[in-house]
Amino acid sequence: MEPENTKPDHSEKTEAKSVEPEVANRKVTQETSAESQTASRVIIRPVDRDRTISDRQFSKVSRRELLKISPLLLLGAFAIPSLQESLLKKGLGFSDWASARLFRQGHLAQTFADSELTPFEKFPINDYDVDDPGVNFENWTLTVSGAVQRPGDYKLDQIKTLARFRQNTRHVCVEGWDVVGRFGGAKLSDFLSMIGADMSARFVTVGCADDYYESLDMATALHPQTLLCYEMYDRPLTREHGAPLRLNIPTKIGYKQAKYLTDLKITNVLRKVGYWEDQGYSEFYGL
Amino acid sequence: MSGTVVEIVRTKGEETESIGRVAYEHPPVVRLCHWLNAISLFVMVGSGLQIFRAFPSFGAKIPQKDLLNWPKAFAIGGWLGGALQWHLTFMWIYIATGIVYLAYQLFSGNYRQVLFSPRDLPGVWPIVRHYFFFGPKPEVREAYNPLQKHAYTTVIGLGVLSVLTGIAVWKPVQFSWLAWLMGGFHWARLWHFLVMWAILAFVFGHLVMVILHGWNNFVSMLTGWKKDPEY
Repeated sequence: MEPENTKPDHSEKTEAKSVEPEVANRKVTQETSAESQTASRVIIRPVDRDRTISDRQFSKVSRRELLKISPLLLLGAFAIPSLQESLLKKGLGFSDWASARLFRQGHLAQTFADSELTPFEKFPINDYDVDDPGVNFENWTLTVSGAVQRPGDYKLDQIKTLARFRQNTRHVCVEGWDVVGRFGGAKLSDFLSMIGADMSARFVTVGCADDYYESLDMATALHPQTLLCYEMYDRPLTREHGAPLRLNIPTKIGYKQAKYLTDLKITNVLRKVGYWEDQGYSEFYGL
Repeated sequence: MSGTVVEIVRTKGEETESIGRVAYEHPPVVRLCHWLNAISLFVMVGSGLQIFRAFPSFGAKIPQKDLLNWPKAFAIGGWLGGALQWHLTFMWIYIATGIVYLAYQLFSGNYRQVLFSPRDLPGVWPIVRHYFFFGPKPEVREAYNPLQKHAYTTVIGLGVLSVLTGIAVWKPVQFSWLAWLMGGFHWARLWHFLVMWAILAFVFGHLVMVILHGWNNFVSMLTGWKKDPEY
């Protein structure tokens, strides 16, 4: 990029505007051709292509060049309190949009050998409220509603009639830690077939015994590794890990994998996204 | 074109005197990218450290051994969710700036000023001797000395690594090959952290040199022109 103003002394335009550069230029040319005259105050060191610029022109050029980086000031919008929140929300929304596009339904999360499992007792118990919301297993059901052909209350035994899958997958928490756990259960996609869900709907939402709530995009819900999980480490889920039923989604961050499920709904409209999402966390957060 | 050197002259009546020389060192795209990057790097590091505070360890969750309790006052976002918003917003600015910068350098040919090449090797020792062992100052012939080129070339590489390690942490499943290259999600997170410190080490050295080299040098990153260059 050649700053057009570097050679104003050679351009007719500048010469027409001001006599200064013209005079300067003539002088300089004389001096250089005469090869150093000690009597003169003009001392020219070797410069590229013998260019000169008057001091006034240089100030002008400098200001103009400085203005060229003024788009930088746009970032100042982030410093304005009233704009900051909506800008960050837009940024996060853009990241979620990109995440949804990066998600590939046929791409499986890495699975691990049994020897790589985090020991069960070192698998963290995470909840926002209580470890055990006191679910009564006797009369527990999963209440299904929304865009489904067969709504109603589903017992755990009904879910267990679906093919059981077990997988050793990585569980990543938004805080930054990760563990490798062994999970077992029915594919959510099989359950969605069982209830006659409208697979073209956009979301699957779940409610939990501890009033936690979550939502999933349909693409992730139909991913082959997305489980309605009722086993960990080949044993029935313990209460603090979400008994009797939780989500296990190796392609999602931990907080989307809700525990102590009580309700499941197929819907196109989200009034609420999820417990953490509604406080400002990423809505999609696919891994 | 960067590298242009011009004489500034002042005319008083019939007399014209030279009042110094200026060199054009930084095209507008480079300057804009420099400052965009300075700001987005600041936000990325600040929010990254706040994210790190949520689990300031690289070991197991149980039992958790904290590596470093970074003070909240030197972090951006206030809480994990807020920091993630800053991080996931400014990462786009950081990445876009990097792409524009690299594309510009490549297509304009301006990269020759920055890129460390084998030709610069012989000049490394003299400048190291000058900086660290009170050796004589080597002759300055271009905007950047060999050590500078080395530093800038390295930090550009680190910038690319910061993005790649970041993608591996953000999307360890979709970009499983990247995460795999770094030893999986767990290690990718550590690499991401280490690359940040390497960049911060550069920034520290960079700021020291900016202060040592004074105002004219600093202004050149604003206007492109450096007064009284040494070459």
